[in-house]
Amino acid sequence: MNRTIFDKIWDAHRVAGAPGGLDLILIDRILLHERTGGVALRGLEERGLPVFAPDQAFAVMDHIIDTRPGRTDHTLMPTGTDFIRATRDAAGRAGIRLFDLDDPRQGIVHVVSPELGIVLPGATLICPDSHTCSQGALGALAWGIGSTEAEHALATATLRVRRPPRMRVRVDGELAPGVTAKDLALALLGRFGVGGGAGHVVEYGGRAIRALDVEGRLTLCNMGTEFAAFTAIIAPDEKVIDYLRGRDFAPAGEQWDAAIDHWMGLASDPDAEFDIEHVFDARDVAPMVSWGTSPQQVAPIDGVVPAHDAETRQDSDDARDRALAYMGLTPGDRLAGLPIDAAFIGSCTNSRIGDLRRAAALLKGRRVADGVRAICVPGSTQVKRQAEAEGLDAIFQAAGFEWRESGCSMCFFAGGESFGAQERVISSTNRNFESRQGPGTRTHLASPETVAASAIAGRIADPRRVAA
Amino acid sequence: MRPFTRLSARAVPLIRDNVDTDAIIPSREMRSVSKKGLADGLFAGWRYTRIGGRDPQAEFVLNQPRYAGAEILVSGANFGCGSSREHAVWALAEYGFRAVVAPSFNPIFQGNCIANGVVPAIVDASTIAAIAAGLEGADPPMLTIDLAAQTVSLPGGATWTFAIDAEAREALLAGRDPIAQTLQMAGQIRAFRAGDMAARPWIYDTVARG
Ligand code: SF4
Repeated sequence: MNRTIFDKIWDAHRVAGAPGGLDLILIDRILLHERTGGVALRGLEERGLPVFAPDQAFAVMDHIIDTRPGRTDHTLMPTGTDFIRATRDAAGRAGIRLFDLDDPRQGIVHVVSPELGIVLPGATLICPDSHTCSQGALGALAWGIGSTEAEHALATATLRVRRPPRMRVRVDGELAPGVTAKDLALALLGRFGVGGGAGHVVEYGGRAIRALDVEGRLTLCNMGTEFAAFTAIIAPDEKVIDYLRGRDFAPAGEQWDAAIDHWMGLASDPDAEFDIEHVFDARDVAPMVSWGTSPQQVAPIDGVVPAHDAETRQDSDDARDRALAYMGLTPGDRLAGLPIDAAFIGSCTNSRIGDLRRAAALLKGRRVADGVRAICVPGSTQVKRQAEAEGLDAIFQAAGFEWRESGCSMCFFAGGESFGAQERVISSTNRNFESRQGPGTRTHLASPETVAASAIAGRIADPRRVAA
Repeated sequence: MRPFTRLSARAVPLIRDNVDTDAIIPSREMRSVSKKGLADGLFAGWRYTRIGGRDPQAEFVLNQPRYAGAEILVSGANFGCGSSREHAVWALAEYGFRAVVAPSFNPIFQGNCIANGVVPAIVDASTIAAIAAGLEGADPPMLTIDLAAQTVSLPGGATWTFAIDAEAREALLAGRDPIAQTLQMAGQIRAFRAGDMAARPWIYDTVARG
């Protein structure tokens, strides 16, 4: 046999062909959040259509809820309360399980789903959110869709999709100490560009990927959408099984054993065929920082903002000029040492317990530089509680970080809180687009370690030079 | 959905690569739990002089009188990247755009276009440059999109073939509603699920253990 993991999952979910060479694909899990879920559920109601399988749908509050302590339905985003209440009411009417504001299982959808065992290897999972690809880290086929497609999935338990082509990115070697999955994700974007995934299902494999823990894999797959991939996926292994064992919605008892048998057969066959194959060497990766307004505009932390004639090749001169003007940078500027105004640890890319532990290890016994606003937003309420049980909250707060309730928070600007125009932010998030974190805000993407090291220094700083 | 066959209309060149959905409709402009009321917020960050304001930024193409009433947008590669928000397409459609011509589209955005009757027409970057030059020199700046023939043409006669997914083309031509069509297969879906339930019971058993 020569099927990839993607082919195996696709074939097992193909209900029928649909006109024009599309396939009608069975959807195992539907996730909704208050930013787009309420609109989709209302769209369905307006058409008088019920949800086909409400037990297999889950809704969360994460995007526009407040993350300041003592939060209520009221948010800083004008009209945000409408989204929260509309989603709560519509989920209730549809009989969809909701992890509401005060639920101990509340959190960012792509953090909550793995940690509750909602996403499972071999499952199809969709969410009207582009970072759904994160969840491919557990060996699921998980992809982001729009609201109208979400209505289709809710109403029919299926989606009409054209079978996407397949790409394998084999990452050889191992990441050096102090270099993380986030740095690998940014390095891959720098190397292959934001169009590099080109609508493919991108399977990450190779020694460096096997060496990543499940959280690191989630971070890597998270940025599959920045890569323009259909989605990203990694074959499940013992690490995934250990991760899922005992989680709230993971199978138990006999079903657990049967599930493991099924999951262990999912990996791509040795002679599986891919439409495109890339090889990349993890040994070459350094901690990475973005310098521009596209996630492909990255450089090693000890490097400089590249000149127009540099070998980065990915940008047109015009795109680079715009980015440099927006970021207030000039080619040749050193990245390490750039003064920062703010530091943000959070988002579905890097806000899991491991991220917080690694950042806290650098912050312990140190202080955030004067004048730097530093914020940590755990990815879920479970992550927050776990961190508090380990005393990490005390370390963050003693260092001068704000310690927030879980949610998307300042990963994106929805009209509420922002960092301010021309403020330079080092951020563990995934998007550095113009005004992503607030009108005129300048975002530099990096790992949580780099964010922590930079917060202490008051300038972009290499975490490898801060002895933990 | 309104079928799309052939459209001759004013076209506006916004030639930038990687126009993301937050630029198309900033998150702060998505104020209500609705697909409506978004046209005012379209390209708000570029279109108005200040955040949240409504004073037009004179230089921005959409504000130039010659492009008023445009129904076709011509842009750069990777159009619609970023957040999957369908509001980007709803805003474009409500403003009056019925087609976007670009060298490539983000996959989710492209699906959203098709779901809302907006034609995502793919031509290469050199064709974009030729179309943009043609529009800049023309008064009024018109373009014709013929979906059946898969062509885009300038009034002078210059014509290019564009690429579009075959099924998407059919659906757009017919103004087809996929949900109603799929629901006709509900019996087949139920039977498939019943078989799958025996093979993968854990997918269907979603009672929390915790
Ligand atoms: S954390 Fe940021 S990227 Fe992730 S789902 Fe929330 S808004 Fe989107």
